Amino acid sequence: MKALITIFVMASLTFFLVRLMPGSPVEAYIANLVTQYNVSHENAKAQAASLFSLDLNAPVYQQYLEYLGNLMRGDLGESLVTRGVPVSEIVLAYLPWTLFSIGTALIISFSLGIMLGMLMAYKRETKLDHILTNLGSIVSSIPDYLMGILILVWVGVQWELIDVTNMRGSLSPGIQPGLNLTFIGDAFYHASLPILTYVLGTIGLWMLTMRGSTESTLGEDYVTVAKARGLKERRIATAYVGRNAALPPFTQLSISIALVFGGSLLIEWIFVYEGLGYLLYNAIQQRDYPVMQGVFLIITTMVIVANLLADLLYSRLDPRIRVAGRD
Amino acid sequence: MAATTGERRYRDSAVGRILAWFASTLKLMARNRVGFAGFLVVSTIVLVTFIGPVFLPSEVPVNVEEIYETPTLSHPLGTDSEGKDVLLQIINGGRPILTIGFLAAAISTTIAVTLGSLGGFVGGRVDTGFTWLADMVLTIPQLPLLAVLAGVLRLNSKITVAALIGVLFWPTLMRATRAQVLSLKERDYVESARALGLGTPHIVFREIAPNMAGYIAINFTLAVTASMYAVVGLTLLGLVPLSEDNWGVMINLAWTRGAIFSKDSVFYIMSPIAAIALFQLGLVAMNRSLSEIFDPRLRRGA
Repeated sequence: MKALITIFVMASLTFFLVRLMPGSPVEAYIANLVTQYNVSHENAKAQAASLFSLDLNAPVYQQYLEYLGNLMRGDLGESLVTRGVPVSEIVLAYLPWTLFSIGTALIISFSLGIMLGMLMAYKRETKLDHILTNLGSIVSSIPDYLMGILILVWVGVQWELIDVTNMRGSLSPGIQPGLNLTFIGDAFYHASLPILTYVLGTIGLWMLTMRGSTESTLGEDYVTVAKARGLKERRIATAYVGRNAALPPFTQLSISIALVFGGSLLIEWIFVYEGLGYLLYNAIQQRDYPVMQGVFLIITTMVIVANLLADLLYSRLDPRIRVAGRD
Repeated sequence: MAATTGERRYRDSAVGRILAWFASTLKLMARNRVGFAGFLVVSTIVLVTFIGPVFLPSEVPVNVEEIYETPTLSHPLGTDSEGKDVLLQIINGGRPILTIGFLAAAISTTIAVTLGSLGGFVGGRVDTGFTWLADMVLTIPQLPLLAVLAGVLRLNSKITVAALIGVLFWPTLMRATRAQVLSLKERDYVESARALGLGTPHIVFREIAPNMAGYIAINFTLAVTASMYAVVGLTLLGLVPLSEDNWGVMINLAWTRGAIFSKDSVFYIMSPIAAIALFQLGLVAMNRSLSEIFDPRLRRGA
């Protein structure tokens, strides 16, 4: 419910921004047609109306309702730059790449971060713990996009370890999507640097949270009892300590989803990875308002859906929530 | 006898008190080495970027004969694509970024603390409403929204940029403040204050607020890092047209002029990145000292 309302508020906000702001894109577009191409005001208005899928002669509230109706049907208008192509089509072509790179990165960084965090707590106050703690706080305080630029500058340009220009885009030319090794390998090849950046940008948080929560879990009575019962160390670590200690970092996960999706705007720009962030950047540069609007709404929807999924998973992991949710 | 009265007079004067407070704070800061190092880095950067430009020419001279020079005595950080000295640009270019960062953090902290303590203290519908709002703002992808806003509106005033960032970054701190107030509200000393009939303003400002000061201070520094993340990100993309030289614009220019892909220009690219990263690291490290100052239980035996 909250999710739907958030999407609704964001949709309304973008509508009023695009439609009602002084010197709004719609007005600017009409004015541009009239002055540059000598189109009559009526014709210009008609063109703008079809592009933004708005009826400009109707009162604003009616336009607003129609806009919401169109959204429900998945009609996001047409691109201003590539004429006649529906925004929904463009957005859907870029969406999978962002989902793929961010999804893979979050899975890698979360599982790796949790394991490292546990290791740190088990070896607390050793040299390994100090090194990992410091590394974790350093990577989590430097903005992820700066780390992306550092990777590009050092690994790509200064040391020439990899050919970054070859890795641009989401696929190499000539590769067709399909369930075969060449395609999957190529997809990972192009996504590898963005994934590495997302992992570096988020892993510190999981490591440090997991370290803290493991430390406090180790002091719990049920862990002592498990030890007294003579259970194997490995079983205690996974089923008793790990499972419970992973809950706090997991709640952090839903907060970071919005941040990571937001950061994709810069990361995809840095590596020229053709996902939603890259599309949004280009749309802003070319003042392609319908596309801007569409991408923004899709990113917001994705964040909300991801949050819902995280909540669902959390209730699977923590039976207490499941019981509470039922009554 | 005379010495003690003199000392007392010195302590009683406002300046003396501030000095004494300052000295004791510094002493506490120095207890944690990492935290003190962070404090030194942050204060050095703030001092250099805010006071430095006063003594330096505001226009860094162009010199076409010294393009992408490696560091020398006259150009300690080398030169850029126009032969401008990089160190001068770094000193001149910190102020706009830091100003927006601090301003935005002040705005978001104010919103967070007001809504959080009101919600926690009053409870009921007000609380539910504020929590709802916080949860909603938290799911907005902030950077894309800021980018779209920058695309539609013209963001060339620092205050507008700071306000927009501030309005988007408060929810985490608000939720934390609320939780803090909820727990402080139940403490014995608050209850006794209430039993004494000491009124809501007294309870909020004299009993609860001082106990949250440390928490708020630490979160303020975190808000500065978050706001700087957003400003630098937007300027890097060229979406916030700030006219002066600043660290974000430097990276953006390095990009558009192709310096990123040239081997000669490492110092030019690395300098603003290092400045931003150092400042962020310094702030985070400084928090270790701050949390010890405000929570004496964390201090190790001196």
